[in-house]
Amino acid sequence: MSSGLEGLYQEVIMDHSRRPHGQGLKDGQVAESRQINPTCGDEITLRVHAGEAGIASISWEGHGCAISQASASLLSDLIVDLDAQAVRERIAAFRELMRSRGELEGDDELLGDAIVLGGVSRYVARVKCAMLAWVALEDALQRVEP
Amino acid sequence: MSITEQQAVTTAMAIAEVERLRADFPILGEQVNGHPLVYLDSAATSQRPTRVMDAERDFAEHRNSAVHRGAHTLAAEATELFENARATVARFIGARENEIVWTSNATEALNLVAYSFSNASLGRGGADAERFRLGAGDEIVVTEMEHHANLVPWQELAARTGATLRVIGLNDDGTLRMDEAAAVIGERTRLVCFTHVSNVLGTINPVEQLVALARGVGALVVLDACQSAPHRPLDVVALGVDFAAFSGHKMLGPTGVGVLYGRAELLDAMPPFLTGGSMITTVTLEGAAYLPAPQRFEAGTQRVSQAIALATAVDYLNEVGIDRIHHWESALGQRLVEGLEQIPGVRVLGPAAGVDRAGLASFVFDGVHAHDVGQYLDDLGIAVRVGHHCAQPLHRRFGVTASTRASTYLYTTPDEVDAFLDGVRGVGSFFGVGSSGTAR
Repeated sequence: MSSGLEGLYQEVIMDHSRRPHGQGLKDGQVAESRQINPTCGDEITLRVHAGEAGIASISWEGHGCAISQASASLLSDLIVDLDAQAVRERIAAFRELMRSRGELEGDDELLGDAIVLGGVSRYVARVKCAMLAWVALEDALQRVEP
Repeated sequence: MSITEQQAVTTAMAIAEVERLRADFPILGEQVNGHPLVYLDSAATSQRPTRVMDAERDFAEHRNSAVHRGAHTLAAEATELFENARATVARFIGARENEIVWTSNATEALNLVAYSFSNASLGRGGADAERFRLGAGDEIVVTEMEHHANLVPWQELAARTGATLRVIGLNDDGTLRMDEAAAVIGERTRLVCFTHVSNVLGTINPVEQLVALARGVGALVVLDACQSAPHRPLDVVALGVDFAAFSGHKMLGPTGVGVLYGRAELLDAMPPFLTGGSMITTVTLEGAAYLPAPQRFEAGTQRVSQAIALATAVDYLNEVGIDRIHHWESALGQRLVEGLEQIPGVRVLGPAAGVDRAGLASFVFDGVHAHDVGQYLDDLGIAVRVGHHCAQPLHRRFGVTASTRASTYLYTTPDEVDAFLDGVRGVGSFFGVGSSGTAR
């Protein structure tokens, strides 16, 4: 197997896809978004939960490939007690990484372990898989009362 | 019968011939991710022989001009080529020339029928179009295995006209529930729309039985022939269907051209779908009168070079022999299913090994998403389709959202099928899924 595929399916990603964090919708959300990847039918429902800083956490439920599941899991780890602006910065940084076609390494201060998904950017057809949860969060944020 | 035709019927395709044919398809020599391309996605889009590509280029270089207008030499030659192409495609499916309408693709062909019925339901087409009018109380019958192209247009037609959509369900083995078909197709049925061959399951539907049920209640039949016309002998008159649709790019032809077959008597009575130039006899500021079929349904500038290239593809299929291609692919289909059934964690959708099927197979791998299966195979240079294959209701019926599909054509070798099977065998260990589907 080429190093390319190993780079895409890194052990961290496989672990997250098998035992995803944040999975299971929780009550008490301030916003919710449901997103579908029409090319493959993958879907996610993501909820935003409020806290003192603004956003306490997210919870989600969905099904899809290893990349989409791991990405939602890694996003859950990242979104802990942040204000909305900080969340938006992280989404923007992740989107930039996904569009980099392997040119960027990713900012681990902003993205934490989610930078392991950087390898996905070399596989244009899979970028949508990795973005699914992030797009859901972005959409949900727009529904949160300012 | 000529000597070559006789040979075509009696001699099965063998690997030596397939290797020779492969030389006609330059793309099959490509390397993908460091491996020779193993192209197993012909059910989505087939590859083109050089001759087909040359036909388009030759037209552009030597004959390019508008058809059915203009009196200059090139226009006359282009028109002749365009109409000869129509005749070639007509003969290929046992139809007459005036029963072949060029469309952009099969989806447009099916929409053409749906919108013509819709326009008739609005009162267009006069007394001749009475038989196409739908309203409350009328029923359109489809099946649970349809490609979205042969489902959504009928949902929309029903919504526009007040007609009701009825569905024939599936058995667990991927065949149609014919008991349900007999119950669903009744006095209210006006249209029965179904696929000849399932693009996911590989099931070959009993067209004659369904046509008989439709005939019994005076309903018209629309056949989705996208997965049959390229791969097996198709005689629309013998089958008794009223309409049939298929796409050029699935049968060695270019994209941008598809075919609608309609019985002449029906096409000539149907109101047009797209309107404008080239499809009229007389136009005043108040209204227009229309040409008979097929021109009635070919508004605007046509896809001339694509139609000519599609006819070249049909010539190619005829030279190899569509019956021989059918047998070659049937064997490959069996090889696919027999191999897949032996792999732990794999569940094949559709007919089991030993049951007649098209030269394709879809499967789910327990614990590994289809996208990941496809990515793994792609790394080995193996091109398959992953996802819902434009058949979400079918996947829902089998309790999955996505599957992986390998599909063959006349240029596919048994070695390629085996390379694919080897690849699928490696999926479990790569993704850490054992035969029981548990994580490593």
